[in-house]
Order: sequence, then structure tokens, then C-alpha cells
Amino acid sequence: MIARIIGTWVAATLTIGILSFLYKDNPLYKAAEHLYVGTSAGFAIIYSWAFDVYPLLVERFDTNMAAHNHVEAWILLLPAVLGVMLLSRSNLTLPALAALSVLMIVFHHFSLILVVLAVLCILMFVSTLIDPGIDWVSRWSIAFTVGIGAGLTLTATIQGYLLPQISDTLRPLVNVNNIVVFVGVITTLFYFYFSREHRGALGAVSRVGIVFIMVAFGASFGYTVMARISLLIGRFYFLLHDWLPIIR
Amino acid sequence: MKLWELLASVDRRILYLLLSLAVALPLILKPKITVRVSDPVRSAFETVDQLPAGSVVMISIDFDPSSAPEVNPMLVALLRHAFRKDLKVMVMGHLALGLPLAEIALNQVAPEMGKVYGKDYVNLGYRPGYTALMVGIGRELRDYFNTDYKGVPIDSFEFMRRVHTYRDVGLLVSLAHGAVADAWIQFAGGRYNQPIIVGCTGVNAPNLYQYLHSGQIKGLIGGLQGASEYETLIQKPGSATLGMPAQSAAHGLIILLLIIGNVGYLLSRRKAKK
Repeated sequence: MIARIIGTWVAATLTIGILSFLYKDNPLYKAAEHLYVGTSAGFAIIYSWAFDVYPLLVERFDTNMAAHNHVEAWILLLPAVLGVMLLSRSNLTLPALAALSVLMIVFHHFSLILVVLAVLCILMFVSTLIDPGIDWVSRWSIAFTVGIGAGLTLTATIQGYLLPQISDTLRPLVNVNNIVVFVGVITTLFYFYFSREHRGALGAVSRVGIVFIMVAFGASFGYTVMARISLLIGRFYFLLHDWLPIIR
Repeated sequence: MKLWELLASVDRRILYLLLSLAVALPLILKPKITVRVSDPVRSAFETVDQLPAGSVVMISIDFDPSSAPEVNPMLVALLRHAFRKDLKVMVMGHLALGLPLAEIALNQVAPEMGKVYGKDYVNLGYRPGYTALMVGIGRELRDYFNTDYKGVPIDSFEFMRRVHTYRDVGLLVSLAHGAVADAWIQFAGGRYNQPIIVGCTGVNAPNLYQYLHSGQIKGLIGGLQGASEYETLIQKPGSATLGMPAQSAAHGLIILLLIIGNVGYLLSRRKAKK
């Protein structure tokens, strides 16, 4: 109960701190902003450890080693090495090593793969000290990630977006909605046809396309205003309901 | 100074104060308003409502505190509806800061509906790299989640033993504030024909109507308005319904300010031409 009260007061103070920026920049706003950034970063590190590094790397490695599946265990070193290589960019190996050490101490977990990772971090750090230009190795990790991302997205975009949307556009022109969709798609596509100057018939069609684009922007902006007001309502609801029990 | 010039030069902090009053006063005074349910939200409701008891609903928490005021009421309303229909709920997330919100909502709704962790619902936790995961679940869920968020093996929960791929999931619900909903539709929907409904922020809603129109999603709950419509359908008004009068008052004020600003601008331009 006490923890809940303290938590509510801290949250209310930080909310007022952030909102106070509307009047002018002030130390309370700065404090709230920095606290948010720091807390989010700390939270993300713990989550990455608890839901990513530990179950997908450490636990799997230990389980496979215990079951004498040495190949399945050590193959996990491959993504781990790619991760360390990625850290060589911007000299992040030393902070990563520090974070790894803290997590090992806090959670009392000294898996062999974590020790190997720590050694790799040290080696990478020493290498960047000797030759700062060695950070090019991070490009291999980036290339690996981009390759996987592109491969996954390409098929999904065609299968789950392009084909269903084209198919949905090709509807019989028997009602107003279908005609509007058809005209909107065609004229918008013509607006983005830049191989010829937009004059004459092409100009007229592309101007209709602009109208459709503007209507889409207007709808999108209207929804955005609604969303921002909703966030403000959320904060006021918290202040008036949870902090000051004015709303019952 | 003329009235229009006075209005055009008003301090922006006065406008912030007016907006604050437009939001706060309706929250305090609670005027009664009627919420009209739109077709996309009704369709989402009916999709959940038509699932047979015991079906598994996979709720993906793809939002975080920055959009919680809009999306969290949807989560609470959907949980109430799912538990009322005796559906099994499986929660997961792809944003590190989103899962605690799911935990708070589950801890609020499950006890009031008499639901038990492990028997009626589980929280699988957070995993990064959502695109690979979305494809991977089509093969085997356990490749990504072999334990829940507390590290308990998922096979120790009775209803989870029969959940392996999308075929075992009756409905996927993506509560998103970004591109994750699109990814669910394209990966799980496009490749595995997984029935999906989406709850999203107002910013995202216009981009998702195309999926609704093409039948790639079964329903769409957009913004706080959508959440209030869902609350109306389950006959359990919550924070979204309470926020609707404030939303209307704030929109009214913004429209009024837009009109005043534009008329003032036109009049001052005409005066400058003279």
C-alpha cells in the first residue's frame, strides 16, 4: 500500500514536471526527462538479459552442453560473435563487458559461453585500441541482419501486402465505394509517375491524385490530433483519478 | 488593437490552459454522452464473441507507456470479453517496456473474472526480433517461447500443451502503436491465414483500414474512440468511455481555434493588401 502511494506520488510529480515544459524549460522538467531516459535504458538492459540473452543464448547453451549436444551448443557462439563484432562500432565493447560482468554478478550465473563472450569483448576492445579502423568488422553483422531482414520482408510484403491489396483494388465497379477506390489508386499512381511532365491529360489525372493524397493526409492528421488528445486525457485521468481522487 | 489581431497574438500558454480545462472539466463533471459503435469495432467484437469456449486467443502487446492511455483500455476490455467467453489467453510482446502493462492489466482483470494463471491465461514475455518470431511460430511456438515470463516451462500449463503453431490459435490480437501490427498481418496473416484483429493508436488507424477493407483483418479498434466503443459493446464502461466527453470538448476547442486563427489570418491579409 505504502509502495503504491509512493509510486503514485512519484509518477504525479514526474507528470507535472514534464507538463511544466509547456510554461517554460525548468530544472524539474530536465530531471524528469533524464530520469525517464535512464530508467528506460536500465529497464531495456534487464529485459534484454531476462528475455533475450539468458533464455536464447545462456540457457540453451547450458542445456545443450548438459545433454552433450556440443554442436548445437557451440553453434550459438556464431550469433554471439556477430553481436560482439557489431559492438566494435562506436567502441561499445567496454560498456558491454561492464554490463555483462554486472549481470553475471547480480544473477550469480557464470556460464561458459558468457566467459567466452567476455573474453571476446576484451579482445575486440584491445583490437580497437591498437587499430581504431578495425570497426569495419561490424559491417559483417550489419550485412547479416540486413540480409535476414530483407529476405523475410520481401516475401511477406509480396504475399501479405502487395498481392492482397492489388486483388482488393480490382473489384467490379458496381458501387460508389469501389469506383472511389479505383479512381483513387489510379490517379495517385499517375501522380507518382515522373517520367513525363505533368501536363495535359496526365496533369489533369495527377491533380485528381493530389486531391486523394490530401484527403488521406487530412484523415491521418485528424487521427493524429485525436491520438495526442487521448494521451493528454490519459495523463489527466491519472492525475484526477489515481493521484487526487477527484474522479471516482 | 482589433479583436482578430488580439486573438491572433494571444500567448500560446493561454491556449494550453484552455485545452487543459477542456480536458479536465468533462472528466470531473462526467456529462453523459452516447457512444456510437462503428462497423470495424463491432466486427472485432463479433470475431471474439463467435470463438468457441476454450479457444486460444494470442494477444501481442506491441505498445508501451507512450501509447498506453489509448491502447491499454482496449487490452482491459478485450481481456474482460475473452475471460467472459471462457477463452484461453496467451500474452506476448515485442516491446521491452510493454509487457509490464500487460501484467498490470492481467492482475486487474483476471481476479475480478475469477481466472487463474496457467489454467486460463499465460504471459509468455518479451522476445526481440519479431519478424523472425512471427514466421517461426508457424513452425513451432516452443522454438521461441519454451517458458513463460517467469521461466516456468509452458508445457506445465495444460492448455498450452496443445498450442504449437498458428493452427492452434483461434485468434491473434495485435495491440500496437507502430509497425508491428503490419508485420503480424503480413507474416501471420499473409503466410499462415491467421485470423487477426488489431487495436491501435489513432495515429496508426488510417494506415490499417486498407487491411480491413481487403479482409486481411477481421476488425479494427482505433484509438481511444475505438476503445470506448468496445467498452460499450461489452457493457463495461471504463477509462476510455469516461474520456470521450473530454475528447469531444478538446476537439471542439481545436476546431474553434482553427476557425478563429484562419479568419484572423484572412482578415489581417486583406487589411495588409489595402
